[in-house]
Amino acid sequence: MLVPINWLKEYTKIDVSVDEFCDKMIMSGSNIETAQYFGDGIEKVVVGKVLSIEKHPDADKLVITKIQISNKEEESIQIVTGAKNLFVGAYVPVALHGSKLPGGKSIKKGKLRGIESNGMLCSAGELGFDDKVIPVAHKDGIWILDKEYKLGQDIVDALELKNAVVDFEITPNRPDCLSMIGMARETAATLNGELKYPDTKCEKEEGSAEDYISVEIKNSELCRRYVARVVTDVKIEQSPWWLQKRLIYAGMRPINNIVDITNYVMLEYGQPIHAFDIRNVEDNKIIVDTAEEGEIFTTLDGSERKLTKDMLLIKDGKKGVALAGVMGGLNSEIQEDTGSILIEAANFNGDSIRATSKKLALRTEASSRYEKGIDPNLCETAADRVCKLIEILGAGKAAKGKVDVYPNKIDKHTVSVRVNRVNSVLGINLNVKQMEEIFKSLEMEVLQDGDILKVTPPTIRQDLEEEIDFIEEIARIYGYDKMPVTIPRGNAEAAKSKERSLKDLARDSMVAMGANEVQTYSFVSPKGVDNVRIDEDSWERNFVKLINPLGEENSVMRTILTPNMMEVLGRNYSRNIPSVRAFEIGNTFFKSLDEQQPLPEEYDSMVIAAYGESESFYTLKGMVEELLEKLGIHGATYESESEYGVYHPGRCARIIYKDYELGIMGEIHPDVTEKYGIGVRAYCCELAFDNVMKNSNTERFYSPLPKYPSMTRDIALIVEEEITVAQIENIIKEEGKKLLESVALFDVYRGKPINEGMKSVAFTLVYRSPDKTLTEEEVTKVHNNVLAALKDKINAVLRDM
Amino acid sequence: MQNNQLMTILQEAKEQLNKASSVGETEELRVKILGKKGKLTEILRSMGSMSPEERKEFGKMANSVRSEIESLLDEKFTEMKERQKAAKFKEERIDVTEPGIKISLGSKHPITITIDEISKVFMSMGYSIAEGPEVETVFNNFDALNAGKNHPSRDLSDTFYITDDTLLRTQTSPVQVRTLMKQKPPIKVISPGRCFRCDTPDATHSPMFHQVEGLLVDEGVTMADLKGTLDSFAKKMFGSKTKTKFRPHHFPFTEPSAEMDVSCFKCGGAGCRVCKGSGWIEILGCGMVHPNVLKVGNVDTEKYTGFAFGMGVERIAMLKYEVDDIRLFYENDMRFIKQFK
Repeated sequence: MLVPINWLKEYTKIDVSVDEFCDKMIMSGSNIETAQYFGDGIEKVVVGKVLSIEKHPDADKLVITKIQISNKEEESIQIVTGAKNLFVGAYVPVALHGSKLPGGKSIKKGKLRGIESNGMLCSAGELGFDDKVIPVAHKDGIWILDKEYKLGQDIVDALELKNAVVDFEITPNRPDCLSMIGMARETAATLNGELKYPDTKCEKEEGSAEDYISVEIKNSELCRRYVARVVTDVKIEQSPWWLQKRLIYAGMRPINNIVDITNYVMLEYGQPIHAFDIRNVEDNKIIVDTAEEGEIFTTLDGSERKLTKDMLLIKDGKKGVALAGVMGGLNSEIQEDTGSILIEAANFNGDSIRATSKKLALRTEASSRYEKGIDPNLCETAADRVCKLIEILGAGKAAKGKVDVYPNKIDKHTVSVRVNRVNSVLGINLNVKQMEEIFKSLEMEVLQDGDILKVTPPTIRQDLEEEIDFIEEIARIYGYDKMPVTIPRGNAEAAKSKERSLKDLARDSMVAMGANEVQTYSFVSPKGVDNVRIDEDSWERNFVKLINPLGEENSVMRTILTPNMMEVLGRNYSRNIPSVRAFEIGNTFFKSLDEQQPLPEEYDSMVIAAYGESESFYTLKGMVEELLEKLGIHGATYESESEYGVYHPGRCARIIYKDYELGIMGEIHPDVTEKYGIGVRAYCCELAFDNVMKNSNTERFYSPLPKYPSMTRDIALIVEEEITVAQIENIIKEEGKKLLESVALFDVYRGKPINEGMKSVAFTLVYRSPDKTLTEEEVTKVHNNVLAALKDKINAVLRDM
Repeated sequence: MQNNQLMTILQEAKEQLNKASSVGETEELRVKILGKKGKLTEILRSMGSMSPEERKEFGKMANSVRSEIESLLDEKFTEMKERQKAAKFKEERIDVTEPGIKISLGSKHPITITIDEISKVFMSMGYSIAEGPEVETVFNNFDALNAGKNHPSRDLSDTFYITDDTLLRTQTSPVQVRTLMKQKPPIKVISPGRCFRCDTPDATHSPMFHQVEGLLVDEGVTMADLKGTLDSFAKKMFGSKTKTKFRPHHFPFTEPSAEMDVSCFKCGGAGCRVCKGSGWIEILGCGMVHPNVLKVGNVDTEKYTGFAFGMGVERIAMLKYEVDDIRLFYENDMRFIKQFK
């Protein structure tokens, strides 16, 4: 909320610099977005008076003016301008030769279409005001000053333009701070000052409000109070500059005196005010009721709006006249010739106003204040203040009294606050008196009852309900910075959970193998599974869908990580990155099969992928094997898979361990790489990381180093192409029995002199006994059995080495 | 006469050894003199025809010549081997300024690195790590956290919903609710994780981001403890000279609430681009847990009090690494991620 410091000073003393004021307000709980300074950067701009206006001989859109800029008429200067709202006698800001305007612009004399011009007449915009706050009266032209000022006087001094405006960030719990008086209350408490309320009592009142109007509330839940006052003999004109200026600095555009006053009081107290032209209030009646379903009502912005039956509508005897708390009706708008007006200060239910304003997509200053909650006890004072300002401005005569319908008065309430509790929550040690002072500085009444303070806040503080709310008040006014700094008891170091440790271990292992970790969105496009060729009715399509996604590309929760990873590979490939090794560990989501369970199932998944010159199925498999080893999963098997759409049908394996499928890996199907713009072969593995964690065992036991020497035999076998390495290894292990320590593949060869359809596979077999040194005969015996079995079972022929 | 021959052999051996210029030539000489058919060996064979006295004297002399030749040969061998090594070293000389053969470690994602750093600090203070689902109930995400029924953050324009009752969590605080409902005090947890809000991605907004939130509930926990804990976190995370400032703020689930600023870790508080000249950087929100939240876990609010805090991981990572566009975290360009190795 924009708060001009000079306006604030009307209610309380501010005897510190703006910087210090801001710092102190921040520390007592009024956070500040910005502090802006107006009137800076203006030099040699003075008050001038238009003496004459003549047509420019060579330009239709320009005029030549004589402007008096001192008390001597003969010292006037000639200025050429394109403005249309000038008239002889008007007082205007004149930027002289060599003057400076905000934003660093400087004005020099020159010729416009051949005619000498010795400066510039300024609009409010040129003097640094935002377009949206420039008074209606001169919003498209030169600034016509509101009255006569001393000619030649510096405009900054004449209009008192120098002002600091602080933009407070008001949190939703403090709607009372959405007003100058609310901020003055905070200021007074912060700076130890007094709060002075504005004058609300008119000197003279004529007639009686009740003679003009009656008020009926049909729904007292939605309208807690309605105060009406009446003003007669209204003269609509521009507001004086002092009032305009306050509105402008607070971010509102001056319109005319009556509208400006209603806005002024709204800003001052936080109470929205509406003024009706009483001519258009039929039957002298105001009825607060709900609208008819489908009723059409034209608001004063000229829009026709279709209402629903839960919307509050202010009606007269015959028709709707205002959309309560949101916007007035066009039919009762204040006009140039308005004579008498009705001033409404009412309290409408915030939820109802919010719903109405949301349904109609119409949010106004008034509606947003009602939404946040307003104290109904403000209505009367605010209505009185409007009348007082009308009197001060001479804009009309207030009628005596008011019509005030207030079915259920809101009274102050008292809350017990325990002194010990305050101290024990905050870790401080204030005494009763100090606490009392703080509460009183915020206009609360305090009664002491032993160790208990009975605190009664003003009704404007709707946020103060329980003891903890009062503890917060003590904390912020005492000062967070004055509280001590202590460390809570018991600071033994905590251990990581098993799952977290395993994820960390997996990340560390992948990083050590040269892979970079990526993080991708949990919500994805449902097309991702199409792009990676997942079957039509498979589980990967059991999506959890968002009701309100940002777009289709983020509309479902991911069921697998592979499509996101393909995007990452594609993006990197398109950026000419020659090789990538990457991984991600993240959640996947599935609709729960149990209908009682509102939340989806979430699983941990892990994806590893790579492309680049030195990458192959086997480099990826090497990484997967090493990762599983590190996680304590020994002996996972890889079973050929040719049906899973993501992968090359001849280069894909399911990873099996005990009864679990740990994942699937392979070379990405060429249609998939093409879809993602990956111009080379790519490899990917997605692990069901939950299953990996379930089977992980990171405990380590030492096995003794061998005491006796080993004997090594290398063999090369010629086998049919279809025979897998795993098959051969299994036979070797089975026959090698206890003496075989290890078997390892070291070469696969195809081509001459090996026949077509056959391949040569070479293994190193290591034999060793834990108990003795093996003899040549012992090893040969076993080794021959191995070779015989290979021959017998898969027709493997030993090749000469 | 034989004695003279011995002296001649010695003399010749000396001369020839002087001329030898390689291990091979030296070995040839050794064979020529001391080998089975060597000169010295041949002379020794003639000893049989000598008188015992002659033989004794001759033998003595021959042994002395032999040992002298042997030691000369040893010397020569050593010298030749050294020379050979020197030649080899010269030949094998490399250009040490050529680059090493690349062995690449990968890098964790900067968000993971930041979460790990934050977690490490809190774990050292005794906080265990609790995690929860990304899809949450409206109850855990809002109701239980004292957010009013009309709180604007509940709007469809702010929060992603799955159904009327479930949503993508907008904060990791629901994990605290889960912990409160599951565990009796003392409770000391942090919950890192993903959060979601309806923000269109731009340089400073991301619809998905990460938070680390923390919760401590125990007997006698005070706001001073909150200050002490977070001040100590800030010093461990951003350097021992870091100062902290607590400003009042408002959050539905804590009261009193605060925002914590730390003195700028780039300029030390003098004012720079990172802290926008103020010398301070806003890092986290915190406060004393609101009694209404503790009641959700049936915690006796008279006996126990607690504090909670939460921070945005992207924000901290962006400040620490001077990353100027949040979208970089989710583009996953390898050139970006590698920089955090």
